[in-house]
Amino acid sequence: MKSIMETLAAQPIFADIDESTLTLLAGCARHQRIHAGTRLFTEGAPATDFHLIREGRVALGIYTPHAGLVTLETRGPGQIVGWSWLFPPYRWHFDAEALEPLATIQFDGHCIRGKCDSDPVLGYDLMKRFSTLLDADLRSTHLRLLDVYHRAPTS
Amino acid sequence: MEDMFGSDDSRTRYPTTLEPEPAQQDDGAVRKPVAPQPQPQIEPQAFGGPLILTVADVDQLIRRLGADGRTVIGPKVDGPVIGYQPIGGAADLPSGWGDEQGPGHYRLRRRDDDALFGYALAPTSWKRYVFPARSELFRARREDGALAITTIPPARPRYAFIGMRACEIAALDVQRRVFMRPEAPDPTYAANTQDMFVVAVSCGSPAATCFCVSAGTGPEASGGYDIRLTEVNSTPNSPDHYFVANAGTQAGADVLAQLACKPASDSETGAATQIVQAAATAIGQGVKLDDVHELLARNRENPRWDDVAARCLSCGNCTMSCPTCFCSDVVDENPIGDDGVVRARVWASCFGVSYSQMHGGNARTSTSSRYRQWLTHKMSTWVDQFDVSGCVGCGRCITTCPVGIDIRTELEAIRATDTATKYPESVRPQTDEGLAT
Amino acid sequence: MTPTVARVVDRVVEGPGTVTLVIELSDALTAPAPGQFNMLWAYGVGEVPISLCAVPPLTNVILHTIHDVGAVSHALCELRPGDQLGVRGPFGIGWDLTPARGQDVVVMAGGIGLAPLRPVVEAILADREAYGQVAVLLGARTPNDLLFPAETAAWSLSLQVETTVDRSAPGWTGDVGVVTTLLGRIRHNLTDAVAFVCGPEVMMRFGARALLDRGVSAEGIQVSMERNMQCAVTMCGHCQFGELFVCSDGPVFPWARVESMLGVREL
Repeated sequence: MKSIMETLAAQPIFADIDESTLTLLAGCARHQRIHAGTRLFTEGAPATDFHLIREGRVALGIYTPHAGLVTLETRGPGQIVGWSWLFPPYRWHFDAEALEPLATIQFDGHCIRGKCDSDPVLGYDLMKRFSTLLDADLRSTHLRLLDVYHRAPTS
Repeated sequence: MEDMFGSDDSRTRYPTTLEPEPAQQDDGAVRKPVAPQPQPQIEPQAFGGPLILTVADVDQLIRRLGADGRTVIGPKVDGPVIGYQPIGGAADLPSGWGDEQGPGHYRLRRRDDDALFGYALAPTSWKRYVFPARSELFRARREDGALAITTIPPARPRYAFIGMRACEIAALDVQRRVFMRPEAPDPTYAANTQDMFVVAVSCGSPAATCFCVSAGTGPEASGGYDIRLTEVNSTPNSPDHYFVANAGTQAGADVLAQLACKPASDSETGAATQIVQAAATAIGQGVKLDDVHELLARNRENPRWDDVAARCLSCGNCTMSCPTCFCSDVVDENPIGDDGVVRARVWASCFGVSYSQMHGGNARTSTSSRYRQWLTHKMSTWVDQFDVSGCVGCGRCITTCPVGIDIRTELEAIRATDTATKYPESVRPQTDEGLAT
Repeated sequence: MTPTVARVVDRVVEGPGTVTLVIELSDALTAPAPGQFNMLWAYGVGEVPISLCAVPPLTNVILHTIHDVGAVSHALCELRPGDQLGVRGPFGIGWDLTPARGQDVVVMAGGIGLAPLRPVVEAILADREAYGQVAVLLGARTPNDLLFPAETAAWSLSLQVETTVDRSAPGWTGDVGVVTTLLGRIRHNLTDAVAFVCGPEVMMRFGARALLDRGVSAEGIQVSMERNMQCAVTMCGHCQFGELFVCSDGPVFPWARVESMLGVREL
């Protein structure tokens, strides 16, 4: 397995990142392998960590008594699973479940927050990088709200 | 909704329409709209020298064309207007009638002479004869579950059109380019124009709405006619009322030969030339058209479209009266009392509600987008499509507009608000440095 | 503008409001190409443009997949084997596969947009060695709306096929999300790739921008436009899009040709 530094540097969101930032990030990250069917997190539980997916897919969803876990969106390679570690009250809003065996980089959210707080320049750089993914997720959601494939009602 | 279009960064990568674009200078040359002109131009003496026709000769001309089995159509007073109608002789022509036209304005006026062609032009064009407002394509029946289609061969009316103006002949040429493309000639248009006989009459009494000189089409036809007449009638009830006739085709020369007319003298042709020149002077270079192809192409977003939309009723009169507008719907008609179906082509207008309807929505809901489509097509994209401008300068759209929108004024207004960049100040995008100044 | 009479020989319900008609013509179409369309006429109702969903060479049997969205498409969807309809075509300029030869290919389809792209994938499979890596990205409203499941499953044996839906449904373990996110599943460089995109106009706009983001050139992206059409032979005027007639200049255009116009509202 590649070193955590090498793996991080190869991720598009960390492109052109400087060595020292990468070292700090690596200090909060580790490789993770997760079995299919594993629940990564559960609605309401404390949000302490998050994953950058390298391989496999994760379902983000909401559990309902009638339909079980309703998948809102799936996440795959290159995408982040979990943002709630970033914002108070640091609790998960959704469930996340591995649909396939996963290879991820797992980050300690508390660790990253601490480093960002103590070094705002580093924090700003990292927030910009994470924000691009958040922005992409938001745009995808907006597009789905349009329901573009829905046929117009025939009158 | 900024986030729907990505970050500032992405905007620099995709030149969306919010980016000001430099004016196109690919080949360094400005493309000019091609003035609609029937080709080829006719050499003045190609089919003999000019002849003199009397009113009686014009009557004979009409009768001979009719006797030849042609459907003769010409100007005729039809209620409050002059219309192009079936005629049997010179007595049907609007002798002594003129017209007064302006934005949203049309009146017949008594002339102080007995000119036969002393009006500018009819508010409805010849279009309805060559491209009928409704034409049947085929009929179909369903018998025992099987469809039986009966094609309807188009009638061949062998039209003779008496009194076509130069701009109207140009309009025929414009529509010919639409309907008679070699790969898909339209049978109806072909049948209606195939054996057509055109008697052009040069303009002597243009209207205030005329701008053929700017459009490069008139006031005298330079081609596309079998016979061209110029009416000379200098004084009221003058015995000196005559027509200088030029043949433009052998068929035209043959018909003139049957009339046994005398050749025109130099003074008579001189009088005809003066009439045309006076008309050209009266019409004048009223509107600048040589740059409208590019002007409209770069002003798809201009506040003037909303301005005109506040006045435009979206009624479609301009498209119906326009001699070049060619849009149509193709519809299934289910006649009551008949278990068959008629498939028909009927005129459509780009101002119509259903014109740009697609499943789930309409591509153009606002009046401003429809007016923009009409004017931009007519004067700009038409050139891209058919190598000719769609406007011949007849001014009918001005006369027939119930609120008097004047295409010439609108063009000038677009030119006045043309910012040379693609978009007006109000919607100019932010630059990387911040707000545009 | 007179159609030839044709007969429905089979009818396959693809999903809610979507039907594939297998139509037998008296004569084979003249040189049909992927991305072209026919005008289908429902007796007494009207005529609509429908893309060829298969381009069978030298046969008089054609496939059209129709979404029931209006009076005419509804009447067409209601046809049963043995029923007759009118067919005119094929019309228009279809997908240009020539620049894709020797290159990697992305096929991005949303909803009914897969129908005109199906013959593209079939053409690639028929000459697989001529193309590089091929990814087929499919989006649909719900799992129930996915078109041609048997065909797309077969494609996945030799092509990368990724499928996503906008809304999940019980039992669905596939992807949920907008089709453009599936580009993230393509690992290789797309700089010289050729992309074929078809779906609702909004989806094509966002799809093309996502492809540009991945380095595909604007000339390398082809999209299939849709407008009101009455004649299909450049005569009725309805399908105008700027200076273009969608019926004969398209319906397939390079993204570079239509990009700026797609940003003008109500053009």
